[in-house]
Amino acid sequence: MKITQISVFLENRKGRLYEVCSLFGKNKVNIRALTIAETPEFGILRVLVDKPEEAKKLLKDSGFTANITEIVAVEVPDKPGGLAGILKVLNDNNVNIEYMYGFVERSSEKAMMVFRFEDPDAAIEVMKKNKITIIGKKEMGAI
Amino acid sequence: MGSACWDREIEALDRPSLRKLQLKRLKETVKYALKTPFYKARLGKAGIRSPEDIKSLDDLQKIPFTTKDDLRENYPYGLLAVDRDDVVRMHSSSGTTGIPTVIYHTKKDLDYWTELVARSIYATGARKSDVFQNMMTYGMFTGGLGLHYGAERVGMTVIPIGGGNTKRQLQLMKDFGTTVVHITPSYMLHIHSKLAEEGITLKDLRLKKAFLGAEPYSEATRKKIEELYGIDAYNSYGMSEMNGPGVAFECDYKKDMHVWEDSYIPEIIDPKTCEVLKEEREGEVVLTNITRRATPLLRYRTRDLACLYKQGCACGRTHRRMSRIMGRSDDMLIINGVNVFPSQIEAVIMKVPEVGNNYQVYLEKDGSLDKLIVKVEIYSKLFTGDISALEKLKHRLKEELKASIIIKPQVELHEPGSLPVFEGKAKRVVDNRGKL
Repeated sequence: MKITQISVFLENRKGRLYEVCSLFGKNKVNIRALTIAETPEFGILRVLVDKPEEAKKLLKDSGFTANITEIVAVEVPDKPGGLAGILKVLNDNNVNIEYMYGFVERSSEKAMMVFRFEDPDAAIEVMKKNKITIIGKKEMGAI
Repeated sequence: MGSACWDREIEALDRPSLRKLQLKRLKETVKYALKTPFYKARLGKAGIRSPEDIKSLDDLQKIPFTTKDDLRENYPYGLLAVDRDDVVRMHSSSGTTGIPTVIYHTKKDLDYWTELVARSIYATGARKSDVFQNMMTYGMFTGGLGLHYGAERVGMTVIPIGGGNTKRQLQLMKDFGTTVVHITPSYMLHIHSKLAEEGITLKDLRLKKAFLGAEPYSEATRKKIEELYGIDAYNSYGMSEMNGPGVAFECDYKKDMHVWEDSYIPEIIDPKTCEVLKEEREGEVVLTNITRRATPLLRYRTRDLACLYKQGCACGRTHRRMSRIMGRSDDMLIINGVNVFPSQIEAVIMKVPEVGNNYQVYLEKDGSLDKLIVKVEIYSKLFTGDISALEKLKHRLKEELKASIIIKPQVELHEPGSLPVFEGKAKRVVDNRGKL
C-alpha cells in the first residue's frame, strides 16, 4: 500500500532543480507529483515518479544526493470538508503526520494527497478501517 | 616633554642598568626553569645546566625556542617550576588539537603582572578618579582579570561587566559615567552602531579613553574609533602564555607600545630561518618572561608578526616600543577577539559522521563584528530525506563547534562534491573581512 517517494537534497543554487527535471525528461521518467521543502540555504525536493528505482539510480549516478522514502497516497473526496474528514480520522486515532502535499489527477473527480507518517503501517491500518481509499503502486503507475 | 610614570625608577631606568636587571632576572628564571622536567632536558641538550651558564644577555641565543606545542605536550604539570601549594591561580586556553595549554601563577607572579598592568594603565593618563568598564571576557581568558586587577591597583572604580550585552553596557556607561573602557576594536565599533537604537547620545556618556586589544586592527580603525566617540584609544598587547595583557602598552604619546623590558625580553626573528632580526625589521615576536616563577617560558614563539623600534619615546620611558601586530606566522584566526585554529574546526567536522571530510570556513563582516560561516558537505549515504534530521545535524555541528572554539558559527549544508577540494588547512579559509 505504500508508495516510493524520492527525496533529493538540493543546494539553493541556480538551475539545480532544472538539472533534476531534465535528467528525468531525458530518461523518460515521468513526474506524478512534486513538492519542495526549503530552508534558506538548501531544499529537499520530494517527487513521485512512475519509475522510482530507476529514477533513484539515475540521480545517484549523476552525483545527486537522493534517497527513497515510503509514503502513503490517498484519495480525497473533491468537495468542501473532504480533507478535513481524513484528517479527523487521523487525529482521532493519534496518527502523526510528518508532512503532506496534494496533487491533481488527470480527468478524475478525486483529489490525491500524499502523507508521510511517523508510523506508516499504523496509519494504513487506521485508514483502511475508516474506508479511506489508499492508492497502491500499480494504480500510481497508471494515473 | 615626558609623561608621568607609575614607577619612574623602573620605567625610565637607563638602558645599561635595564640590561643588567634583565640578565639578573634571566638567570633567576633559568634557575627555576631547570626545576621542570621539560626545561631540564631541553636546556641540558643546549649545554645549559645551571644559571651560571648564562653569562651575558647574548647567551639568551643559546636557549632553544619554546612553542605552543611544547606547552601542550607537557600538559598539565610538565612546566610547573614551583610547589603546587604555591600556585594561587591558573589560566588555560584550548589547544588546536583539543589538548589545552596551562599557565600557573604564584602570589608573587600575580603581583608582578598586576604591577605591569597598573603601570600600563597609568601610562595612558588614566587615574584613580576614572570609572573603568572592563568589557573583556572574564574567566580563563586573561583579558578580563588582567586589566581588572591592574585597574584596582591604580584605584579606579572598576565595573567588571565582561563582554557582550550591548544594552546593559550602554546603560552602565551612562548611569555610572564610565570614563575608560577595555574592549575589542570590533565591539567598540559595534556599540557605536547601537547608540541610536538605545536612545543614547555621546553627550549622555563621559567616555575619555579606550584600551583596545585582543585582536589585530589598523591605525585607520583606531582613528575611526577616536573620531566616532571623540576619545583617545590606546593599543595593548599580551597573551595568556605571557600572563595576559600588560606585555606592551601605548603611553599617552600613542606612538606604538612600550614592551615592559624589566619583565619580558623581546626578540624579533625570521619565522622561517629563526635568525634574530635587528630593530625596525618585521618578524615573529619571541618573548622570554623573566619575572614569572610558576611557569617559566624561555624564548616563546608567539607567532605574532611585528617589529621593535630602537629610538626612544618622547615620554621618557626607556623600554623599547613595538609596532602593532601585523599578522600571524601560523594559520590562527582571530574572530571577535577569540583565537581559533582551523584545525579545531576540522577536528569537530571529522567527528560527525553525517558530514563529509571536505569543508570551508568563511569569515565575513556583519556590521563591525566578525561572522564565522562553516560550510560542510552532507554525507550522501546518511541522507534520509528528512528535513528535521538535517536541521538537527546543523544544530549539533553548531553546538559542538561552540564547545570547541567558543564562537557559535553559522553552519551551511552543501551537496557532496560541491565544495572546492584543497590540500592544507589554511586554504580552506576564506577571509572576506578586508585588510587591516
